[in-house]
Amino acid sequence: MTRLATHKVGAWLWVSDGQITIISGKVDIGQRISTALMLIVQEELTLNTALMSVAPVQTDRAPDEGITSGSKSIEDTGAVVRQAAATLRQAARALLPQNGALWALQNGQFCSPDGTQKIDILDLITKLDPQLPIDAAAAFLPRDYGAASPFMRDLDQMVRGRFCYLPDIDVPNMQHARLVRPPHSHARLGAIELQILAKMVEEKVQVVRDGSFLAVVSPDEWAVETAAKRVARACTWVSDKTLEIKDIFESLTENNAKKIRVIDGIPDPKAPLVALKDLPYRARFEKPYLAHGSLAPSAAFAHWSQMGLKLCSHSQGIYPLRASIAQSLGLALEQVQITHVPSSGCYGHNGADDAAMDAALIAKHCPNVPILLKWTRQDEQQWEPFGSAMVVELGMALDPDQKISDFHAQVYSDTHRGRPRPDGAQGGPARLLANRLRADPLAPYVPLLNMNPQGGMHRNIDPIYQIGQKIIVKNLVQDLPLRTSAVRCLGGGANMFAIESLMDEVARDQGVDPLAFRRAQLHDLRSLAVLDALKTELSTRPTPSGQMPGRGMAFGQYKNKMTRTAISVDIDLREDGQILLKDVIIVADAGRIIDRDGLAAQLEGGFLQGASWALYEEVSWSAQGLLSQDWDSYPVIRFDNIPEMKLVLLEPSDAPSVGAGEATPGPAIAAIANALFDATGLRLRRLPFRPDRVLKAALGD
Amino acid sequence: MRMALRVNGQTHQIDCADDTPLLYILRNHLKLKGTKLGCGLEQCGACAVLVGGKVQLSCAALAADFLGQEIVTIEGVEALPLGQKVQAAFLDQTAAQCGYCTSGLVVAVTGLLSQDPQADQAKIKDGLKGHLCRCGSHPRVLRAVQQVVAQS
Repeated sequence: MTRLATHKVGAWLWVSDGQITIISGKVDIGQRISTALMLIVQEELTLNTALMSVAPVQTDRAPDEGITSGSKSIEDTGAVVRQAAATLRQAARALLPQNGALWALQNGQFCSPDGTQKIDILDLITKLDPQLPIDAAAAFLPRDYGAASPFMRDLDQMVRGRFCYLPDIDVPNMQHARLVRPPHSHARLGAIELQILAKMVEEKVQVVRDGSFLAVVSPDEWAVETAAKRVARACTWVSDKTLEIKDIFESLTENNAKKIRVIDGIPDPKAPLVALKDLPYRARFEKPYLAHGSLAPSAAFAHWSQMGLKLCSHSQGIYPLRASIAQSLGLALEQVQITHVPSSGCYGHNGADDAAMDAALIAKHCPNVPILLKWTRQDEQQWEPFGSAMVVELGMALDPDQKISDFHAQVYSDTHRGRPRPDGAQGGPARLLANRLRADPLAPYVPLLNMNPQGGMHRNIDPIYQIGQKIIVKNLVQDLPLRTSAVRCLGGGANMFAIESLMDEVARDQGVDPLAFRRAQLHDLRSLAVLDALKTELSTRPTPSGQMPGRGMAFGQYKNKMTRTAISVDIDLREDGQILLKDVIIVADAGRIIDRDGLAAQLEGGFLQGASWALYEEVSWSAQGLLSQDWDSYPVIRFDNIPEMKLVLLEPSDAPSVGAGEATPGPAIAAIANALFDATGLRLRRLPFRPDRVLKAALGD
Repeated sequence: MRMALRVNGQTHQIDCADDTPLLYILRNHLKLKGTKLGCGLEQCGACAVLVGGKVQLSCAALAADFLGQEIVTIEGVEALPLGQKVQAAFLDQTAAQCGYCTSGLVVAVTGLLSQDPQADQAKIKDGLKGHLCRCGSHPRVLRAVQQVVAQS
């Protein structure tokens, strides 16, 4: 149970007018957390979801649950909400007239043993004190394995175009805003032609400037969109520095790194840095900078008035964001209120927080005017904090029994922790983009080594397999060209790609079936069950067919403690070097399943995001700015390369629910790499596996 | 300029700049917020509408180019029998995660199947390749399309 369990039931569940409201600090980012919370309450109170709502997540009203990240919402918030609901059911039962223990509970009603009396559970709960402490000993209802029909909160609104996303906000007297950004992060605004400024006054477009932060505001959205482009053309930018264009993988070295060893799963600053032995199996893997590439560019709504600053944001952490914005603008915390309003899926720390700060700054210049700021596609692709480029160097040795005796890992990466949060001096404001552009700019935040187990680049670099001796070194590399933060899986995507590629390489070199080789390195029964289920499923399949077919597999357990996942991928390689995804099997054990359909959606979606990283995605730049600016220059997976997918969900009894949102991308990349090897004998170790790279490798270049 | 647009069966008189894309008219003048702004570059499909029954991206095409034509947005799709079937299939298959691409996809699938009710998987995949989904709901969308095809 988490620290949150000390709260009162009323902090999480609130009953009035025959409805129950779930109050949580976790936000919907496409992962269906609010649906899962409703299903948990449904399970414990036997209530129809039609009698439930989920409160908007707003500072001052919602519990401060930090950031919705790390696949932790089900384990943390889900567990507390379940305990609160069980507490309510237990206390409600105690209010029953007599022999309360014998009354049956069904469809939200207690029914007396003789069947003559029925009492709504919500009527009983209404009589309870919301201050009732959550009882950690309140028992859960036995699991009902009945086939619950798929349910997704608000889907009926979405398919009808009626769901209001943040960019759809429209209130009276609202004005639209767009930004005029510098060409790159070192450029500063020199001058703006006076002519265009006069023109803007004439056209009633307001120009907001604070140092190099520049925005335009108008009631007409199309006018503001075109004004931003015209103002941009009339700006002169100056810089004493351009973007470093040296090969990023040459920059990711220990020369400029803060190093730390991981001992028994924990970064240990006291552990000596030892020289690494030359192990028989060695390989180096490379992952470029990745964009979140949210479908909706980031946006924010802001209203500055005597009442304070009201913001709507699709940030994953409205409390840390509020503290960071308040500190940036010299406001008291109580003067800033943030309501979370969903936008498109974010897959980590995209431009949401920066857009909220941008909108706040614009609203400060336009008091009493509601402002809706939208970044453009180009703003998003150029200015969102990227997932760090990474290098992973691995070494492995086997003992005579083909068990792994030695494992070495050196991982090189910039930070994965760029979210604004007020930890340390200026930590919040310095991680908001606008504060680096304002008249009195803050220097970029200098990240510290992440000391959390499985944090940042540490995530899944420590293999889940039984290993004799491990030496794992994290290298935090700084002063790299692009700003970085959290993208789905953090370092786990690159690390699982690397480890599961090397496992495949070693198994094949030893002449052992890759699945059997992994199996031999595992003792955990649930991991073995996952691998066995994949083997069973594969035994029903014909060998892959096509022009140049291949089959690859990978295994992983996210953070070494969450969902266990085994994936098999069949591919076909076209003559032009394109990898076509054909058939995919995903076997997963996420413990007790709450939302079967939602779990499947996360596993499938995670696979496809991993596949997109494996085949297409790479941020590119020149000295003068980002080259990947849209969906042509930053291609992603599309409908024409979607494989057939089969999911096998294992559900061991009594196992607690664990997060699954980041379980599949890492194994997906490795399984594709291993399928390519199976098809061609080529071992590609740099992402993405673009057709030109596949062909180059085939030609032995 | 002043123009008359036919949207979801109604005629609307609109005052706007000559170069205003259709999407901005739909969202801001007519307050039809179901059609989404994704890229403004005709690269992602979030802004799809039907014009004369065919799929049309609205984020860059000028509104003035559609005078006198029947425009159907996601809000008007449910008035079409096929549109209702597509919406029901998306619900049955829970074919969305964040849902931001969903209205564009519902419109596109309705448009594609009205042209070719028996479209096979390859045709559908090709027809939808201009539509991005970043959450990875593609397999569910494809199942939803199959469901509608099976019903026709």
